[in-house]
Amino acid sequence: MKFYRVYALFLRHFYLIKGSFPRLLDLIYWPTIQIILWGFISKFFTMHSDFYNHTAGIILSAAILYDFLFRSSISFNMLFLEEIWSRNFTNLFIAPLKVNEIITALTATALIRTLIGIVPAILLAAPFFGVSLLNLGPALILLLLSLYTFGITLGLLVVSGLLRYGPAFENVAWSSLFLLAPLGCIYYPLSILPDWLQIIAKGLPLVYIFEEVRSILLNNVVNYSSIMSALALNFIYFLLSVFVFYSAFHEARKRGTLINVGE
Amino acid sequence: MEKIVIEINNLSKNYETTLAVKSMSFKINKGQTIGLLGPNGCGKSTTIGMILGLIKPTTGNVMINGQNMENNRTDLLQKMNFISPYIELPKKLTIEENLQVYGRMYGVKNLDNKIYEIIEMLNLKEFRKRKTGELSSGQKNRVSLAKAFINDPEILLLDEPTASLDPDVADYVRGIIENFASNKQKTILIASHNMNEVERLCNEVMMMKGGEIIDKGKSADLISKHGRKNLEDFFLKIVREKNEIL
Repeated sequence: MKFYRVYALFLRHFYLIKGSFPRLLDLIYWPTIQIILWGFISKFFTMHSDFYNHTAGIILSAAILYDFLFRSSISFNMLFLEEIWSRNFTNLFIAPLKVNEIITALTATALIRTLIGIVPAILLAAPFFGVSLLNLGPALILLLLSLYTFGITLGLLVVSGLLRYGPAFENVAWSSLFLLAPLGCIYYPLSILPDWLQIIAKGLPLVYIFEEVRSILLNNVVNYSSIMSALALNFIYFLLSVFVFYSAFHEARKRGTLINVGE
Repeated sequence: MEKIVIEINNLSKNYETTLAVKSMSFKINKGQTIGLLGPNGCGKSTTIGMILGLIKPTTGNVMINGQNMENNRTDLLQKMNFISPYIELPKKLTIEENLQVYGRMYGVKNLDNKIYEIIEMLNLKEFRKRKTGELSSGQKNRVSLAKAFINDPEILLLDEPTASLDPDVADYVRGIIENFASNKQKTILIASHNMNEVERLCNEVMMMKGGEIIDKGKSADLISKHGRKNLEDFFLKIVREKNEIL
């Protein structure tokens, strides 16, 4: 892997964001709106619910973390879709870029895009709603790592679909996370789900992450085994998604779709 | 003895029910400019795609400088470049930004100097801070050429390099390609439907039909061999005659 090639692909997206104020605003706008909306919902629940009344911001914390995951995944997809929309796709694949360099560049760039969007929203949450993610303590780092890895994993799977099926797969890019959200137990405990769905949900790292967030905020107890379970699951899924991406790339070469992917 | 830069051996590509390229073999020596002619759908783009490693051959192989493209794709692409009217550079980036990105991707040394040199050569200086999407077709075409020259490629593949350009700009672009080709270290493969362009730029021509090369040689030799007036006449004869080879 050559760093200069990874940097070149990062630079391509950096220039894109830097050169367009509306694009930058768009990155910040949605997370901020999301946090404000959930901030008020959270405040309402805090004042009117027995379950939440001693733990201000439990829903808002979950909303911020879910948005972090959502932005990670969407950012990854967007970076790839930008190449399709701009008809630049083939240029990248005739450049001496390795598949692992593409994955690394997109992963790093997606993090920057995600942080541009989510940091202002997080900063707003403290003064407006009295909620800080720092209340999660040192475990926050592992939780964010876990969420980011899962976001990138979903991004890789969607991008593999774009490589394999072309731009028609774009709709899946937008809906992938909504599909998993009900099973992720983001805003409610796992026990709410029917037994048979709980079994499926336990296959998702999201369940362990958000159960742990509630556990820390409600009981002030950090259960590192849950966090490690989430990380282990994420690691497995990430490796699987990298394998799927490589397979999609080879399949696209077989089908000849790399030469004419476009709108 | 001339060094073989591109060697195609028994190359075929099968797309499910369609055989796009059939057992194709040819060699291109260093410094040659070869024209790839043929009607739409005859397999020119598929052939170029396989040479660039974008498409995996069903059988056969592509050897670049004696190395198999399948096993050395990244290293070989370092020495190649390609333009096509069907692919574009990011529209929201300026000319300079696009060249910075691709220059870095190809690991170009002294990149700022190289960009300055190319921008001067292609007469793009006054537009260098403009977004690529805001340029005219002719200017965009020159930017694509700038990107294709950024790594000073040993092998340049051009798909319809002057498609959709007015005669004046097309002539200018041909002059640039001619100038690039005059450096004997460069090898160029041009797929084009413009016969004047092919006659002007290419040392030799390969005529494709139905996924096969059905004839090749110098333009003048092909014209006289088939008893035609010019290369366009030769092209029409080949395309319209009953297909004995399919």
